[in-house]
Amino acid sequence: MTTATSLKPVREKSSTRQPAQRSRHGSGRLRRTVVAWAFCSPFVLLFATFGIWPVFSSLSMSVTDITSRDVRTPFSVNFVGLENYTALFDDPTFVRAALNTLYFVAVGIPLTMVLSLAVAVALNSGIQRAKGLFRVAYFAPVVTSIVAVAVVWRYLYKPDGMINSVLSVVGISGPDWLNDPTWSMPALILMAVWRHFGIPMVIFLAGLQSIPPELHEAAVVDGASRWRAFRSVTLPLLRPTTLVVAILLSVSYLQFFEEPFVMTSGGPLDSTTSISYYAYQQFGFGNYGLASAASYVLVTAIALLSLLQFRIFRARA
Amino acid sequence: MTATTTTTGAAFGDRRPSRRVPTARLVLYGALVLGLLATLAPFAWMFLGSVKPTGEIVAHPSSWLPRSPTFANFEQLLSKQNFGLYFLNSTVVAVACVLGNLLFCSMAGYAFAKIEFAGKRLLFGLVLTMLIIPGVTTFVPLFVLVSNMGLGNSYLGLILPFLVTPFGVFIMRQFIRDIPDALVEAARLDGAGESRIFLRVILPLTRPALATLAILTFLAQWNNFLWPLVIAQTEDHYTLPVALALFSTGANGTNYGLLLAGAVTVVTPIILLFLALQRTFIQGIANTGIK
Repeated sequence: MTTATSLKPVREKSSTRQPAQRSRHGSGRLRRTVVAWAFCSPFVLLFATFGIWPVFSSLSMSVTDITSRDVRTPFSVNFVGLENYTALFDDPTFVRAALNTLYFVAVGIPLTMVLSLAVAVALNSGIQRAKGLFRVAYFAPVVTSIVAVAVVWRYLYKPDGMINSVLSVVGISGPDWLNDPTWSMPALILMAVWRHFGIPMVIFLAGLQSIPPELHEAAVVDGASRWRAFRSVTLPLLRPTTLVVAILLSVSYLQFFEEPFVMTSGGPLDSTTSISYYAYQQFGFGNYGLASAASYVLVTAIALLSLLQFRIFRARA
Repeated sequence: MTATTTTTGAAFGDRRPSRRVPTARLVLYGALVLGLLATLAPFAWMFLGSVKPTGEIVAHPSSWLPRSPTFANFEQLLSKQNFGLYFLNSTVVAVACVLGNLLFCSMAGYAFAKIEFAGKRLLFGLVLTMLIIPGVTTFVPLFVLVSNMGLGNSYLGLILPFLVTPFGVFIMRQFIRDIPDALVEAARLDGAGESRIFLRVILPLTRPALATLAILTFLAQWNNFLWPLVIAQTEDHYTLPVALALFSTGANGTNYGLLLAGAVTVVTPIILLFLALQRTFIQGIANTGIK
C-alpha cells in the first residue's frame, strides 16, 4: 500500500518546483553555480565542519576503542567492530536506559499529542472569549530553559512540596516522587508534558485553521454528531499536521537529558537514566567509543520512529 | 451558525440545544481555566519562592506568599556566585549565534530559493536530514574536533558549532521562495548582480522571517545546555543553564532559595521577550511545523 514516494517528508513536497527561469543575458549554468556556491560558502563551511563531519566521525568512533587519552593521537586507536554495541547491550544500566527512554517516549508523546489536540480544538471552535490569553499562557512553558524548569519542579516534587500539598487537599497522600523508583518516571513525564505541549498546540491550531469550516458543517448537516464529524472529517485532514507534530516530539523526547541530570542523576536505582544521560556519563568517564555507540543507538531509534510515523500517518492519507 | 445548531438539535430530537450548549461551554471554560492555573502554578512558585528568606523556604507547611519578601537570594547569586558573568556569557553566545544565523542562513537561503545550481538538491537534502539529528549524537566528535582546534573552553568554541543551523537555512529558504520570481527577474534585467539583488530586493522583503529566525535562535541558544556543559570547563565560560545545573547538583543542591532565584534569572529575560513578541514566537513555531 505504501509506496516509496509516500515516505518522502512533507517538507520536501514543495521543493521540487519548476526551475527558475533562465537568466536572459546568456550567462551559463556554470556562472550561476559559482555565484550560488559563493552565497552558500560560509554556511557550507561551518555546516560541513560542525554538522556533517561529526555525524560520520561519531559513526566511525563507535567502532573503535577511542578514549579521552587518544584525542590528540587519532591514529593510535584500534578498530573493534561492533564490540561497543555488544558491550552496550550487555550492560544492564544501558538496557535500563533504553527501556526508560522507550517508556518516556511511549507514554509522553501520545499524552502530549492528545492533550494538545484537545486544547487546540477547544481554543479553535469551543470558546469565543480570551482565546489569546489561553494561548499565550499555555505556550509560556515552551520558552523556558529545561534546566531552570527542572530545578523548580524538583522543589515542587518534594514530599512536602506544592504538588503533594495540592493532592492532600483532595485527600490523596502523594508519594516521594523523585525518590521512589515507581513514581520518578511518571514525575518526569508529567513535567515534560507541561513543558512541551504548547508546541503541538499551536501547530494543531494552525492546522485546524487551515481546514475550511464548511466541511465540518456539511457533515453536521448530513446528520453526523459533532464527535463523528471530528473523527471522520477533521482528524483525517489533520494527518499531515499530526505527522509533523509526532516527529518533532519524538526528536525532542528521545533525547531527554536535562531532566535526569538536574532532578534525579538517573536514579533512584537507574529508574530515570536515559540513553542521552548514559552517553554523557560514558563521555565523562572518557569512553568516547562507547558514548558514540550509545548515541548512534539513539539516531537509529529516531530514524525508525520517524519511519513508523510516516507509515501510520501517511499511508491512509 | 444558529441554523447548524438547530439542525444538530433536530437530528437528536431528545436534546435541547438551547440549554445544552451553554452548559457544555461553561464546563469547557472551567476545564481551560483549571489547566491555565496548573500551567502557571510552577511559575508562581518559582517567582514567589525566589524572594522568600531561607527560613520560609524550608518552613512546613509552606505558604504561597512570602511573609517578608527579600532580594537576598539574588544579591548572593551576584556577589558570591558570579551569576552576573554567566548572564553576560549567555548573552554573548546567544547574540553572536543570532547574528551568524541571520547573515549566513539568509545568504544560503537565497541561493537555495532563487538560483538553480549544480549540487543544490544534494546539499538541501543534507540540510533536511540534519534537521532531525539531535545534538547528543554529535557532541563527542564535536568535542574532540573543537578541542583539537584549540578552542576548548573558549567563547569561539561555544559559538562556532551554532553560528549556522540547518533550521535557519530551512526557514529562510521557505520564506524567500515565496517572494515572486518576477521581482528578482526584473532586477536581473536591470543589470543588478546577485549580491545587489540579495541586499536591495530580498533582504528588505524578508524582515518577518529574519525576526522569526532571530527570536528562535536566541531562544535555542539561551536555553542550550549539553554543548556548553561539555565545552565550558572553567567557571569563567559557564552559561546560565550550565551554572544553574552544576550549582543545583553540587553542594548547594538543597539551597532552594538560591536555586529558585537562579531559575528566575534564567527564565525572566526569555519570558519578557516572549510577552513582548508573543505573536512572532508563536507564529514562528506554528509555521515551522506547517511547512
